[in-house]
Amino acid sequence: MAADATTAPAGLLTDDAYRRLPSWSPWAFAAGALAAALLVLLALGAVSTAGVVVLGAVLFVLSSSITSRVVEGPRRAADRLATTLVTGAFLLALVPLVSLVLLVVTRGASSFGWAFLTTDMVGVFGEMTSGGIAHALVGTLLVTLAAALISVPVGLLTAIYLVEYGRGPLARGITLLVDVMTGIPSIVAGLFAFALFTLIMGPAYRAGIMGAVALALLMTPVVIRSVEEMLRLVPNELREASYALGVPKWLTIVKVVLRTSAAGIVTGVMLAVARVIGETAPLLLTVGLVTQTNTDLFDGRMATLPVFAYRQYEQGGTGIDRAWAAALTLILLVMLLNLVARLVSRWFAPKGAR
Amino acid sequence: MAVTTTPPPRGAAPRPSSDAGDTAGAAARAASTGRLAGRVFGALSTGAGVLILVTLAAVAVFLVLRAWPALTASREELEAISWFNGGSVAEYVGPLIFGTLLASLLALLLAVPVSIGIALFISHYAPRRLAQGLGYLIDLLAAIPSVVYGLWGALWLIGRLDPVFAWLSSNLGFIPLFADYQAPAKNIMSASVVLAVMILPIITAVSREVFLQTPRLHEEASLALGATRWEMVRQAVLPFGRSGVISASMLGLGRALGETMAVLMVISPGFLFSFFLLKPGQQQTIAANIASKFPEASGLSVSALIATGLALFVITFVVNFAARWVIARRAEFSGAN
Amino acid sequence: MSNRIDVSDLDVYYGDFLAVQGVNMTIEARQATALIGPSGCGKSTFLRTLNRMHEVIPGARVQGKALMDGQDLYGADVDPVTVRRLVGMVFQRPNPFPTMSIADNVLAGVRLNNRRMSKGDQQDLVEQSLRGANLWNEVKDRLARPGSSLSGGQQQRLCIARAIAVKPQVLLMDEPCSALDPISTLAIEDLIAELKSQYTIVIVTHNMQQAARVSDRTGFFNIAGTGKPGRLIEMDDTSTMFSSPREQATEDYISGRFG
Repeated sequence: MAADATTAPAGLLTDDAYRRLPSWSPWAFAAGALAAALLVLLALGAVSTAGVVVLGAVLFVLSSSITSRVVEGPRRAADRLATTLVTGAFLLALVPLVSLVLLVVTRGASSFGWAFLTTDMVGVFGEMTSGGIAHALVGTLLVTLAAALISVPVGLLTAIYLVEYGRGPLARGITLLVDVMTGIPSIVAGLFAFALFTLIMGPAYRAGIMGAVALALLMTPVVIRSVEEMLRLVPNELREASYALGVPKWLTIVKVVLRTSAAGIVTGVMLAVARVIGETAPLLLTVGLVTQTNTDLFDGRMATLPVFAYRQYEQGGTGIDRAWAAALTLILLVMLLNLVARLVSRWFAPKGAR
Repeated sequence: MAVTTTPPPRGAAPRPSSDAGDTAGAAARAASTGRLAGRVFGALSTGAGVLILVTLAAVAVFLVLRAWPALTASREELEAISWFNGGSVAEYVGPLIFGTLLASLLALLLAVPVSIGIALFISHYAPRRLAQGLGYLIDLLAAIPSVVYGLWGALWLIGRLDPVFAWLSSNLGFIPLFADYQAPAKNIMSASVVLAVMILPIITAVSREVFLQTPRLHEEASLALGATRWEMVRQAVLPFGRSGVISASMLGLGRALGETMAVLMVISPGFLFSFFLLKPGQQQTIAANIASKFPEASGLSVSALIATGLALFVITFVVNFAARWVIARRAEFSGAN
Repeated sequence: MSNRIDVSDLDVYYGDFLAVQGVNMTIEARQATALIGPSGCGKSTFLRTLNRMHEVIPGARVQGKALMDGQDLYGADVDPVTVRRLVGMVFQRPNPFPTMSIADNVLAGVRLNNRRMSKGDQQDLVEQSLRGANLWNEVKDRLARPGSSLSGGQQQRLCIARAIAVKPQVLLMDEPCSALDPISTLAIEDLIAELKSQYTIVIVTHNMQQAARVSDRTGFFNIAGTGKPGRLIEMDDTSTMFSSPREQATEDYISGRFG
C-alpha cells in the first residue's frame, strides 16, 4: 500500500509513538523555568520581576517544546507551543490593563478626595498643591449631557427608520454611512465643530456647545448601532400581534417595540456616553480650558476633565499629581457608567433579549 | 376581519396606519388623526436618517471651506507661519501622512498577532465558564479614555521600554530601523506600542466573534480525523475567520490613524520621512500635530491645520470603507459589530 | 486492520444530566453494527463516546469502560487525538472543508500526520481512498475543484474517503444518509457493505430498513421518558433482532407500533 507510513500501529493506543506527557507537566515546566530564571539572574546579579518573567517564559517555551518533541513528537509539540502562545497573548494583554489600573489608582489616590472634587483652579499657580476639578467635572457633565441630548433623539429615530421603515437605496446608504461615521477620528469631529461654529459665529467664538456637537458626532453612530441591534431583537410576532389588534404602526413602535427594548436602549446609550466622556482631542480644539466654573454652554471656554488632565500633565510638577487624580476620576466615571449600564440590562431585560 | 390580521411586511409600508385604520371603518375620525400622527412619526424618523447623510456631507463641506484659504494661499503667505515647513499644504502634510501611516502600521503589526491569540484563547482555549468574563476584561481596555493611555504611556511605559530599546539599539543597531536610540524613549515605537494596546480590544472583539461562528461541523470533521486542537484551529477556524480578521485589522487601523492623545503625549515630534524607529524627533502624526498646534493657531495657520485634518479624514474614510466592504462581502458576518 | 470494542457499564453525562446509562456491548471486528432507536434515545451520544468526540461538548463526561482490543480508550495516558486517529467518524451532514479542494479534503487527515509525503504517494492515496469510497470515477477529472462543488451524496462519500484515508481501525457513522436522497443513500449503503471487509463499522440510523440491509448486528436504544437516561435495551444478530426480538419494546419499535 502506498501510504503505509500513515498507518497507526494496530491497536496500540499506548504505543511508544503515542506517548504523552502527564497533564501536570506544563505547571512543572513553568515552575522549573521560573526557578531557573531566578537562579540565573541571581547569579548575574540582575534580579527584577520583569526579568524573571521574560527569561522564565523563554525557558518554559524552549524546555517544554523540546521535551514534548522528543517524547510526544512534532505534532503535539506544535500543539503545546500554540497553546502556550495563545495563553501568553492573553496574559500579555493583561499587563497594560493591570499596570494602568494600578498606576492610576496609586498615583491618583494621593490627590484624590472631597477637596479635590469640590474646588476649582482659581488662584492656583506654581508649585501649589491645592486646587481641584470641580469646574472640570461640571464642564464634562454639561458637555456630555448636551452631546447626549443631541445624539440620542437623532440616533433613536435613525435606528427606528432603519429597522422599521427603511428600505431601498436610502436605507442602504444610511447604513453604510453610519458605519463610516463610526470611523471618523475624534480630532476630525473637533475640527468640524470648530469650522461650523467659527464660520457662523465668527472666528473667536468658543463655547461648550462646540464640544458637545463634536462629541455628538462621535456618539450618534454608536447610539444608532446599539439601538438598531436592540430593535432587531424584538420578535416580529410582537409587532404582528399589535397590528392584528388594529394598532397603527407608529403606536406599535412606540408602545410595543420601544417598550420591549427600553432596557437595551438605555444600556446602549450609557455605553455610548461612557465612550465619549473621555474624549480629549475634540474638546482641546473647541472648548479649551479655564480655571473657574462656567455653566453657560453657549458662551466662553469651559474646563473638562480630559483636557484638564492633559494640561496638568503638560504643565508638569504638582500638575502631574492632579493629572493622575483627574484620570482616576475619569476612569471611575467611565466604570460607573459601564456598571450601571450592565445592571440596567441585567435587571430590566425582557426575556429573550439578552 | 381577515385583512387586519395580516400586517404589512416589515418595512414595506411607508404609510403604515392605513391598513389597520381603514378597515376599522367605524372609527374614521380616530383613524385620520392616527394617520397624521403616523405620518409625522414616519417623517421624523426618515428625517433623522437623512440628517445623518447631511451631517456627513457637512463635515466634508465645512472642512473644505475652512481649509480653502490655506489650500489656495501663496508660498510666501504659508512661509509666514512660524512652524510651516515647505511651500504648500501638500508638501507640509507629506511627512505627517508618512508618520501617521508608519505609527499606525507598526501598531497594527504589534496588535494583530496578539489579538488573534487572545481571540483564539477566548473562543477555543479558555474554559467555557471563564471565557465570557475574560472577554469582558479585554473589553475594559476599550473603555479607558485616551488621555489616560497618554499618561500611562508617557509616565510609565516609556521607562519600561527603555532597557528594551537600549538593548535593541546596541545589539541590532546596525539595522537602520533600530539605530540611534536616545533615552527617554519618546520615539515612534513607544507611541506605536500605546496605539497597539488601544486598538487591541476592537480587533480582538471582531476576531473573537468570527472565530466563535466557525461551523461546529467543520471543527468536528477536523477533530474526528485525529487533529490536535491547534491543527483543528488551522484547518477549520483560521480559514473560516480570515476575512473577518482582515476587516477587524482594518477597523483597528482606522482607529490608530485618528488617535491623537497617546501620540501627542508620548512622541517627540519631527517632520522627516524617517525610518529611525527608536530615534526621537523624527516623525509626527497628523492628529497629534493638529492637537499640539491648534490652541495657539489663528488665521491662515488654522486653515493649514484643518487642511491636514481633511487629509486625515480622507485616509480614514478610505480605510474604513475598505473594511466595511470586506465585511459586507461576507453575509454571515454582517452582524458582528 | 480492525478491532473489536468492548463496552461495559458505560454512563454518559452532560454536566449533571445522565444521558445514557449502563451500556454493555461488544462490537465485533470486521462487521457492521447498527444502533437503532427513537430520537433522543442516546444512540448518537453513545456513538460519539467511542472516539471521544463527546468531549468536544463542554461538560460531557463518561463513566465506565470502553476497551479496544483490551486497551481502555479512556486510560489516563491515552490521548483523545490518538483515539480519533484510530476510530474515524462520518457525520450526519456532509462536512467537507469549504476552503479545500477535493484532493486536499481527502489528504486533510494524512497531512496532519505525515507532512512530507511525495506527490506520487499523495496521488496514490487520493485515488485509493476515493475508489474506496466509490467516488473516484465521478471526480477524477476535477480533483482541484472545491469539495463544496459536489452534490450532497458525493460530499458524504468524500467525507468517507477522508475518513478512510487515515487508515482507521474503526469507522463510526452517525446517521450518514439522513441528509441524502434515496439514490445517494443506496450508494452509501453499498459502500458500507464493501468497507466492512476491512473496517469495524458502527452506524447509527433511524431507518430500520437500512439497519436490516447493511448490518450484521443491531443494538436497540430506548428511553423510558423525557429526562430519563437512554439505555441499550437489546443487542443481537440483525436477523434475530428483526425476526424474533426478546424484548417487547424492541418488537414494538421495529414493527412501527412506537410513538
